[in-house]
Amino acid sequence: MSAVRTFVDLLVGRRDPAALAPRDWDGVIGVARSEAMLATLAHQLAEADLPPTAAALFADQRAAAAVAQRQALWEAEMARRALAPAGIEFVLLKGVAYAAMGMACSEGRQIGDLDILVLATDIRRAENALLNAGWEWVKSDPYDDLYYREHMHELPPLIHSGRDRMIDVHHTILPRTHRITPDALALVSDAVTSRDGHAVLNPADMACHCAAHMLADGDLRGGLRNLWDFHTMTRDFAAADPGFWGRLDARAALHGLREAAHRAARLSRDVYGAVLPEGWDWQDPSDIWFVRRLFARDDWGRVTRPVLEQAFYIRSHWLRMPPAMLARHLWTKWRKRQSEASSGTSSS
Amino acid sequence: MRHSARIAVGPVQFRIGSDWREPVAALERLYAGYPGDDARPADATVRLFAARPWRRWLRPSVHIGGDFIVPDALPLPLSMGLLAAEMGMNLQVALGWRRHMLLHASAVARDGRALIMSGESGSGKSTLAALLGESDWRLMGDEFTLIDPAGGDALAFPRAVSLKNEAIAVVAARVDAARLGPLLAGTPKGDIRHLVPRADAIAAMHEPVRPALLLFPRFGGAVSVERMGEGEAFVRLTEASTNYVALGEAGFGALTRLVRGTPAFGISYPDSATGIALVEQLWAETPR
Repeated sequence: MSAVRTFVDLLVGRRDPAALAPRDWDGVIGVARSEAMLATLAHQLAEADLPPTAAALFADQRAAAAVAQRQALWEAEMARRALAPAGIEFVLLKGVAYAAMGMACSEGRQIGDLDILVLATDIRRAENALLNAGWEWVKSDPYDDLYYREHMHELPPLIHSGRDRMIDVHHTILPRTHRITPDALALVSDAVTSRDGHAVLNPADMACHCAAHMLADGDLRGGLRNLWDFHTMTRDFAAADPGFWGRLDARAALHGLREAAHRAARLSRDVYGAVLPEGWDWQDPSDIWFVRRLFARDDWGRVTRPVLEQAFYIRSHWLRMPPAMLARHLWTKWRKRQSEASSGTSSS
Repeated sequence: MRHSARIAVGPVQFRIGSDWREPVAALERLYAGYPGDDARPADATVRLFAARPWRRWLRPSVHIGGDFIVPDALPLPLSMGLLAAEMGMNLQVALGWRRHMLLHASAVARDGRALIMSGESGSGKSTLAALLGESDWRLMGDEFTLIDPAGGDALAFPRAVSLKNEAIAVVAARVDAARLGPLLAGTPKGDIRHLVPRADAIAAMHEPVRPALLLFPRFGGAVSVERMGEGEAFVRLTEASTNYVALGEAGFGALTRLVRGTPAFGISYPDSATGIALVEQLWAETPR
């Protein structure tokens, strides 16, 4: 059995870790690292009977993830201190939101940049407030900067000069040029509050965003982690609220994300064994390509199936922008690379 | 991958996969004397690979990958495959290891106490450690020194010492040629030749020792010794640590304890013999 399948089986408890041959762990650990999910696996196997050195490595991972989570939540607090005086309210997104809510998927989850959502009308003031509080622009390239401002769903990334941490300030959850336009006003106005007083998306919107991020915006790189988020959050939301799946369906329809939400649910079933309610539990022949892409990793952690990888990359761009604009964008990027290569400067 | 090797250095078990036989064979020769446990799962994976299939044979160039990747790292020619493997192993430790605080520093031990030397490349910390390791010191490592956040002990990472440029002749004159790797001439880091640590240093690699003296050597110029304050030593070591920030409070605690409990000096020396004499003198003056 391939390491990536063993890894997934261990994650959901379909396989007894004690039954693994010592060498099987090489591939499992390598794949888990490549998917940025080693600490997630370490949490799932916290009570398991493991080879002693693997148990020690997993304990390191759990401790490191706890520190990283504290640092990420501190960064959210820093953003609040920068934005609150200007009266700008924001909603936490993705990893830091899951951590703020203490959700199952946040156990061991790697958190990258701080992702926040503000109302589109607040975006300029938010940028100013952050710049005044010590954040700086990362990208100095004028084309990239303009591209972000004109066409993306977020500001160009900002980095804090003292703490070296990035913040992504979103005004919606998909690029402006995307075929789908979620209702950003509804996302912000129907947000809920965490114990610490941070706003986060309500459960149905959170699942919609997770599905959109994975299936409508990305090329499925790191897809197993995003799918794990979706699987565990929908499982727990449904356990707490019997009407959750119905609410998710309605909310996904509002945002134009019904297809993404349904596919994410089916993939959760096919990969992680999620149990789906009626109306969700059906087959779509094209799902097989997504499953193959998610499992496309060899025992050394390398992405396999390069053609499929490329196809999903092209798909992500196809969804993000109309063809003429895509052509113009790729042309500009290509010319820039050429001129940088000839002038000897490093490409960004 | 086609070829692979398993190596344990200090607490880290590596597996190194390669598209070519040569780097793996060179590693196996260099690390033949290290204890190995074939059943132990690998903590870290290094991959040495050709970017395109034909580049295995046609102007073969070795790309360095693994669990952690530096996106714009330049490949090396196959003749420098051993250096690629070394860089790959260092990268995985620097970016992935969380059990200990990592200091970019060399270290040697005597009587259960450690002398830790931190400095930029070219400061001579590797050469000093290698030379001391040939006398009555135990070589702990020339690249990384690990500090246990819980107890404050130093742990060894005695990979094969990477001797560079003039240091090659200085050390080669004193050791059995069987302990030296092949000469890698004209690498991006200059000429490189690896030195296998003494068997007793490898056998003792899991024994923790108390940090006793911190030195910040500077090769070249007149002899000078300057006592360094806790604050400066702290700041310099945060810069020399690859995971200080990631360890959070545990890293702060470990580093604070290290600089409070360990006398620190900046030293300058014009040549290795003077450097060694200076180190021995400071060690003799260090209170027990």
